[in-house]
Amino acid sequence: MTFTVVAASYRHRERQRSAPYRTVMAGVTFGGVAVFLGFVGILTMFGQREVIAETLSLAHLTIAMSAFFAGLWVTHASSRTGLAARVAQGLGAGTVAGALIALLALSIHLFKLRRVFIALKKDLLDILTFEQSIGAAVAVLVIGGALCGLLGAALYLMPRKLRRPLVVGLTWAFFVGLFQELIQLMLQYEFLMKFRELFFTWDGLKPQGALIVFAAAAVTAAAWQAYRPRYDSFRENATPGQARMLLGFKILIGLVLIIGFPAFAGNFIGQVLMLVGLYVLMGMGLNLELGLAGLLDLGFVAFFAVGAYTTALLTSNADIAIANMSFWQALPIAVVLSVVIGVLFGIPVLKVRGDYLAVATLGLGEIVRVLVLSDFAAPVLGGAQGVLGIPRPSIGGFEFNDPVDLFYITLVASAVAAYFAWRLENSRLGRAWTAIRDDEDVAQALGINLVNVKLLAYGLGAGFAGVAGAIFAVMLASIFPHSFQLLISINVLALLIVGGMGSLPGVVVGAAALIGLPELLREFGEYRFLFYGLVIVVMMRLKAEGLWPSAARRRERMLEEESRAAIEAELRGGASR
Amino acid sequence: MTAQAASAPAGTRLKALKRITFVDVVLWALRVIVVVVVVGGTIGTFVKGTYTTAQWVDFFMFGLTIGGVYALIALGYTMVYGILRLINFAHGDITMAGAFSAYFLASSLDRAGTLDAFPLLAMLAIMALAMGVCAGIALIVEHICYRPFRHVKSLAPLICAIGASFFLQHAFRGMYGSTIRSYPDPEWMKGRLDLFGFEIPVVQPIVILTALGAMLFLYLIVQKTRMGTAMRAVSEDRDAAALMGIDVNKVIIFTFILGGCMAGIGGVLYCFVYKQIYYFTGFFPGIKAFCAAVLGGIGNIPGAMVGGFFLGVVESVGPALFLDGIGITAPYQLRDLIAFTMLVMILIFRPQGILGERLASQRA
Repeated sequence: MTFTVVAASYRHRERQRSAPYRTVMAGVTFGGVAVFLGFVGILTMFGQREVIAETLSLAHLTIAMSAFFAGLWVTHASSRTGLAARVAQGLGAGTVAGALIALLALSIHLFKLRRVFIALKKDLLDILTFEQSIGAAVAVLVIGGALCGLLGAALYLMPRKLRRPLVVGLTWAFFVGLFQELIQLMLQYEFLMKFRELFFTWDGLKPQGALIVFAAAAVTAAAWQAYRPRYDSFRENATPGQARMLLGFKILIGLVLIIGFPAFAGNFIGQVLMLVGLYVLMGMGLNLELGLAGLLDLGFVAFFAVGAYTTALLTSNADIAIANMSFWQALPIAVVLSVVIGVLFGIPVLKVRGDYLAVATLGLGEIVRVLVLSDFAAPVLGGAQGVLGIPRPSIGGFEFNDPVDLFYITLVASAVAAYFAWRLENSRLGRAWTAIRDDEDVAQALGINLVNVKLLAYGLGAGFAGVAGAIFAVMLASIFPHSFQLLISINVLALLIVGGMGSLPGVVVGAAALIGLPELLREFGEYRFLFYGLVIVVMMRLKAEGLWPSAARRRERMLEEESRAAIEAELRGGASR
Repeated sequence: MTAQAASAPAGTRLKALKRITFVDVVLWALRVIVVVVVVGGTIGTFVKGTYTTAQWVDFFMFGLTIGGVYALIALGYTMVYGILRLINFAHGDITMAGAFSAYFLASSLDRAGTLDAFPLLAMLAIMALAMGVCAGIALIVEHICYRPFRHVKSLAPLICAIGASFFLQHAFRGMYGSTIRSYPDPEWMKGRLDLFGFEIPVVQPIVILTALGAMLFLYLIVQKTRMGTAMRAVSEDRDAAALMGIDVNKVIIFTFILGGCMAGIGGVLYCFVYKQIYYFTGFFPGIKAFCAAVLGGIGNIPGAMVGGFFLGVVESVGPALFLDGIGITAPYQLRDLIAFTMLVMILIFRPQGILGERLASQRA
């Protein structure tokens, strides 16, 4: 049996479970997520962040959402039962989720759990009980869970025309509330003051602000929904000239946004965007290795370190520096050296495949880190003290000092790198990479020189990371071995998985989602890797092709869907007979 | 190959010389460097004579101790590899999870005085808890990360496992806190023991004997029980085993439980050696245990045991023996280097390991 058939039959069996089983499972799953968030302390942290000032904290929203999604999910999963049954199931699932959370509150109240689980203490209990007595809280949680489950079922059963604007409006209100600090930061200008007071207090989004945002977004969504067919028919019937103009217009808006926005939004956003840019650079490098050539490299951070250390040693005014170049002179040397190291890195692991490659490259990366950190290499690389005093780059008297200035360097570097990556992807070499990813032996039989092609993948991938490393060095003005942990490789891997392996726009999407979001939500930083691990697993399970799949993957996916649908139809026919 | 080259006329030999590529040169250079460091370092160290015999015995015994722990963890890698042909990347963190959970029991038993009053019983309870937690988490990881990909041949399960590894680390960080906790140090573990005229800490023979006992137990299970026979059959050929009426699913679950139990014992022993634990404790022992499994030949159970002890001893003796001799300052900082270098060298030059079959290059 092929995998598709196995998966389809598995899914078919899942769907045949009885309705009560599904209801309880949905409640336990989604309620369990909320309980887990409580156990690891995320819920406590969420309690301090208010989506709507003094009305709704993120923790309470999460609790409500767990019951809501339990109801929504069970309604979605029982597509073949009657309307009343589905509503009842939604109610039931929400109740189960609420009850599970109530159980957590009860056990924190009764037992001294915080001796082992540090997060299960008074703060969390206050959040779970809404600062009321425990009996009242249990009732509120169970009944509230039931209501939220019902709402979830209702939303799912609503006609699409109504659901769409509602969801869009709620999402917008949520994000505006979540990022209120940043938005307020951007509304600092004098002429925007009035505007700001309408929506925000110093502490957060006002309820009236949330309502306005919700209404505006919902109306816009509804209007767009009505207008959409006309736009689509215009796009389909557009003359080549019109189509080109449309594309040009879109690109223009994009350019204005990406160039103008950081200068407008200030240094904090500039800093975040710059980090995103660095990870985009690294992501494009790893994309050549993993996305195109299928080489899972967990030692990728080593190339980043090579770029950073080369730049540091060539430009710094510290004692161990070997030259006193400008950033612009050092950058090409750093890139070339990264490429060389990449090739040297690749040679020992040429014949190592698949799983082994991951661990072998992890080992190589760790070797680099341990060496850099050791006293043995300290006379050359500075050891644990690192390299200090790296000057900022400058062009003709203009010094790139602010994060926003440096962001523009990153932007230009990313744009150039993206052009290279795009051309490489469609070149003979790029096709050779794809071939060895799909089947090494067949590729070799077709006359591809495995050694050269693989070493080029390592070398060129390393070059991208080298650029990122060089910019990283001047950004911090000093570098330490502790900045080059294995976790960076994992970050880059995660962003590729999220964006979609082998897809250039995917790299940008992944970097924005994984690097940008946690940077913007500062206090979430502590849980960043929990989130990354989770995202990797969930993406591999549910959407292995990523958020923005490459064109080839999209085609494959479509074929797969078709065959799966056919098989499922056949299975269903067999079951009813 | 060599026989052909020897009998060939001089002309083809020249051509063979021309066929030497840059890659070969680098690989040979690597071999030469390693041999020079090992041989040169050893000679240098003995000429300098910095260390006394007692110190060497110390290094060796510590190596055996930590090697026993590596061996226990490596068994989990090797058994899973034998059956599913994949690396359970999260195994190190599963180990940590068990040992970290057992910490709370251990410290409360220590405070109550039970650990000193009934050492055997208390240790059994601590290990049982660790084993239970490890086996449970191993099963969850199998269910979520590996089962859906059982029929796919791709990087997906490995990537999933990497995700699971970081998820576990940081979930336990959130639950148990990010501070380093110190494992209890009962009185009976503190003393030193006289062994053939050399003094060694009591904890070392305890760890080594426990590890050996656990391994013997595992070996008996694998060799003598029905389930063990089924395990060996599945690792030989999964489809054929299924055709013979073996419930492959059950065997896989059993393997994960067994690997988890060994990891639980290994994790607790590791913590009693180093006396501390925090959420990242499991990662590097895990990677090193994987090195040990590869060293012994992955998929090979006695291989993992031999590989574990071998890696432990080389890692412990190595910095003094190889690195000190060639005049490297602070050789102990480079300790981890030895394990990783060994891993890479083994993968390049002898992927079948010391005792194993050639699996590494077979799997694409």
